[in-house]
Amino acid sequence: MSKVSHHSSINSTLRIGNAQAFWGDSPDAAVRLLEARPDLDFLTLDYLAEVSLSIMAIQKDKNPEAGYAADFVELAGSLAPFWRAGCHTRIVTNAGGLNPMGCALACRDVLQAADCPVRIGVVTGDDVLARLKNSTDSTRFKNLETNQPLEEVRDRLVTANAYLGAQTAAEALARGAHIVICGRVADPSLTVAACRAHFGWSDTEYDRLAAATVAGHLIECGTQLTGGISTHWMELRQPENLGFPIVEMSVDGSFVVTKAEGTGGEVSEFTVKEQLLYEIGDPACYLSPDVTVSIQHVTVVERGRDRVEVSGARGFPPSPMLKVSATYRDGFRAEGMLVIVGPEAPSRARRAGEVVIARMRQAGFAPERWHIEALGSGDVVPGAVGRQDDLFECVLRIAVADRRREVAECFSRQLASLVTSGPAGVTGYTSGRPPVRPIFGYWPCLIPAAEVGPTVTILEAV
Amino acid sequence: MNGQSKRVKLREIAFARSGDKGSNSNIGLFAYTPEGYQYLRQVLKPETVARHFQALKPTEVKRYELPLLNAFNFVLVGALGEGGSRSLRVDAQGKALGIALLELEVEIPATLWAKCLREKRESRDE
Repeated sequence: MSKVSHHSSINSTLRIGNAQAFWGDSPDAAVRLLEARPDLDFLTLDYLAEVSLSIMAIQKDKNPEAGYAADFVELAGSLAPFWRAGCHTRIVTNAGGLNPMGCALACRDVLQAADCPVRIGVVTGDDVLARLKNSTDSTRFKNLETNQPLEEVRDRLVTANAYLGAQTAAEALARGAHIVICGRVADPSLTVAACRAHFGWSDTEYDRLAAATVAGHLIECGTQLTGGISTHWMELRQPENLGFPIVEMSVDGSFVVTKAEGTGGEVSEFTVKEQLLYEIGDPACYLSPDVTVSIQHVTVVERGRDRVEVSGARGFPPSPMLKVSATYRDGFRAEGMLVIVGPEAPSRARRAGEVVIARMRQAGFAPERWHIEALGSGDVVPGAVGRQDDLFECVLRIAVADRRREVAECFSRQLASLVTSGPAGVTGYTSGRPPVRPIFGYWPCLIPAAEVGPTVTILEAV
Repeated sequence: MNGQSKRVKLREIAFARSGDKGSNSNIGLFAYTPEGYQYLRQVLKPETVARHFQALKPTEVKRYELPLLNAFNFVLVGALGEGGSRSLRVDAQGKALGIALLELEVEIPATLWAKCLREKRESRDE
């Protein structure tokens, strides 16, 4: 591995890679990406889906030092050899979860032991759980989707985190942090932070912030930009080695998305368009804490193999309100699957499913909610394709939910009994009784940005 | 059937990707050609998409047009029931809705269909 110089001029192109799209994504992606592209200025690593924090809350309950994505600590350690060899790639991540400082301290220990001390920036202030729990004003923190008052779930709240913008993470970078560890930050803001720190953009350069937000949105799901879940997936080269995505950003906000040479998949008009609209609402009004973005006039143009230029994003002032992602305890669930073989297998599967529910009822544990699917017969998206009943095999899937844990436990036992009491040709029972899991309801709401005070703590290398 | 037109699945003239946003699902749908986009603008109304997914009981389907991308964003309000964490469906996050939308059949002029197929082949084989 060769040493690379630090591109500090703001006129140089900024190279930002993403090597983690969710908690549990490929753990060696960062190493592979840096092996291929040691010239990257930044790696962004995204660990937080909507309910990830509630899992971290359970971990933190058991151990106050936990509550973050421990995988990241290991990943940081795996990058020590690169940094010791002179690689200057910096990291911006939301791996801190509910305990960014705990995550940072663990990283510092691992990197010290690896003889690679670095300065770590810690961004906190997103946790607003106490604010929601103590609020006495019943008009506040209503559910954004249903308009229900917080009263209905307040006693059961598990987490409440405001989506922070890029500013505080950018400040940590400006103060020389090599790794910036945040909790809940809007996913694209990890990329926006890198751009703001490098180019010195102010918080009113809306079109540039919009461009960086679009860039961040495109790379935040990792290999979804390079062919993952693409309609054309079957045509991809080397699907076992999909490259992770890279943004090359210029000071004026124009950018190209690409991937490392020699990796599989493609960065094409096709993959970029699909990811551009992934999980968005009104294209004229994409809300982020940094900027409100319109992608209405965005164009996507191929500029060579695996190089796509994306331009035309327009930015407007952000909302004075921040989105809060809260979760609350909402009972228990369990789900299980069995393979059903035989003529008209879907009918057998459905009948076997009804038997399980009937037995639960007999046992005094009728579930509040349940759902039976004969997978293979068209039940995944019912009605979209004709239902097929003339199948010789299908998968029976049953899911139940209830406020009472015992109901989900009862289901778990009753499903297993189908192995000896179900139809001829019932098979595939190899993974044991399905586990009972808590349900975390999702409670999106708003808080005035002025009431949230994110702060940076710098953890010096020692 | 009229000899000048053909009944085809959307996947012959478009591609798609879907996901979730709370209890809503969105589907990005992309025509392979500008002509295909203009045609779909006329025939692929929000009601058409709502009917295709009626078993999921969306309370509303919104269609946003992105002509520079030959694309639409369909938002299926309420199609994921009570959202990803509470839904008991195997596809709680609506990941399969995009590819399922491509199974919708539309009536398309034969000449337009031929042009779409040709351009799709050229752009994917380059």
